[in-house]
Amino acid sequence: MLGTGMHPWGKWGRPFAEYGVAAAREALRDAGVAWRDVGFAVGAATIRNGYPGFVAGATYARALGWSGARIASCYAACASGAQAIDIARTRILAGLCDVALVVGADATPKGFFTPVGGDRPDDPDWLRFRLLGATNPAYFGLYARRRMASYGSTPEDFAAVKVKNALAGSLNPLARYRRTVTAEEVLASPMVADPLRLMDICATSDGGAALVLASSAYARRHGVTDAVRLAAVSTVTPVFPSTVLELPEFATDSCAAVPPPERSFRQSLAHAAYEEAGLGPREVSFAEVYDLSTALELDWVEDIGLCPPGEADKLLRAGDTALGGRVPVNPSGGLASFGEAIPAQAIAQVCELTRQLRGWAGARQVAGARVGLAVNQGLFGHGSAVIATR
Amino acid sequence: MTLAIEGWFTVGPDGTHLLGTRCGSCGTVAFPPRGGPCPAPDCPGQSMEQTRLSRRGRVWSYTVARYPPPAPFVAAEPYTPVTLAAVELAREGIVVLGQVKDLAPEELEVGMEVELTCGPLADGPLVWMWGRVS
Repeated sequence: MLGTGMHPWGKWGRPFAEYGVAAAREALRDAGVAWRDVGFAVGAATIRNGYPGFVAGATYARALGWSGARIASCYAACASGAQAIDIARTRILAGLCDVALVVGADATPKGFFTPVGGDRPDDPDWLRFRLLGATNPAYFGLYARRRMASYGSTPEDFAAVKVKNALAGSLNPLARYRRTVTAEEVLASPMVADPLRLMDICATSDGGAALVLASSAYARRHGVTDAVRLAAVSTVTPVFPSTVLELPEFATDSCAAVPPPERSFRQSLAHAAYEEAGLGPREVSFAEVYDLSTALELDWVEDIGLCPPGEADKLLRAGDTALGGRVPVNPSGGLASFGEAIPAQAIAQVCELTRQLRGWAGARQVAGARVGLAVNQGLFGHGSAVIATR
Repeated sequence: MTLAIEGWFTVGPDGTHLLGTRCGSCGTVAFPPRGGPCPAPDCPGQSMEQTRLSRRGRVWSYTVARYPPPAPFVAAEPYTPVTLAAVELAREGIVVLGQVKDLAPEELEVGMEVELTCGPLADGPLVWMWGRVS
């Protein structure tokens, strides 16, 4: 990882490409690489910004100046950014290019995400709104209630996640929300999807993130000998039958004839990355997990193996997952502090891994960080886990 | 009587039934109904047949939408919060999401038994809903 760049998250109301280009220029500057030397550029697509969003790779290449580089655009819901990283990394490992640029950015509307593309009664994402009024927070609410019933988590535990992440976010100049909050404020915020309140749920944001990736040989030629390395990128599908009700589905797979797999989808995403990196949860110094809600962060902490199922609340209460704790979770401030800028988010997670592993994270620095894990889950079976090491 | 979606459920004298599909080869069930090969990757089954799902199940989880969901949902005016329940059907080994009818959130509990019924969306057509056991 030669360079990182981010446009601050917010609700800026400008075209998404501006955020992406700003992030790309910063990543190139940080890497000390000229745009002309980039052999491959990949854009993580956005589906709420018209055609330029679908062909994000070309949009960014054009904005940076047509250079004749090979390009790609990809969409994988919340995992779009990780998928873009995977494509660039694979191309480098295949020896097809030395240095690659990965860019993702989004400009989002206010309020609930709604289906894209008009009336399409054959699209489950349209139908779940039409038939059930099932918004994204409704699914988060279902998971949170299930967690309370299964493990005894409480709204106070969920509020404590927000308090922890807001404190980390207050130390991150790129975050959208920079104010620390109290548990009382979280618990007094309006109820959105029982048992989750407004401050338990991540916002939708504008933002942009970019990475410059290079082969080891290229890095050495440029005098970089201790770069942060991508040790694994996992983009596995669930294994049938997937027995957790996933957004935006109406039902789970059936386990009537085929028994459930050993690992749930989220667990398998992390597991495949650990296998690829030859590392395990014990080696993880810190993790960036997809806290679409406060309760979901607790699920992730278990799914990535930092503790057995049902014990994430205990880790949280002990301060283990806070900055300065044994294994900080979301030292960037997480989605709680950023809000989600879909195609940029997974790239932003990896920017944070890189900054932490370089020791450049300032007041939110994880001491002695050697291994960082970033995980996310999108819709319809897309998700990702990335491990970076130094 | 207009159904909000054709082929996903039926309403008759014997109550409301969800319509899924079952693999003729391994017995895997799917909802919403799907054609084509069995969703189980190792099953050779090439066709799925329509099947009625169990009318009773246990609440896996539930939530209440305190703000009106956006279009294409048609919210009642004034808005009455929509309760959703994900219900586990033991025989089929699946969890199915639906709106909840005539049960206050305080009456719901994870693990409690509910029964399939139906009710109107705010603009008229019927949709399946989870309700009290008759």
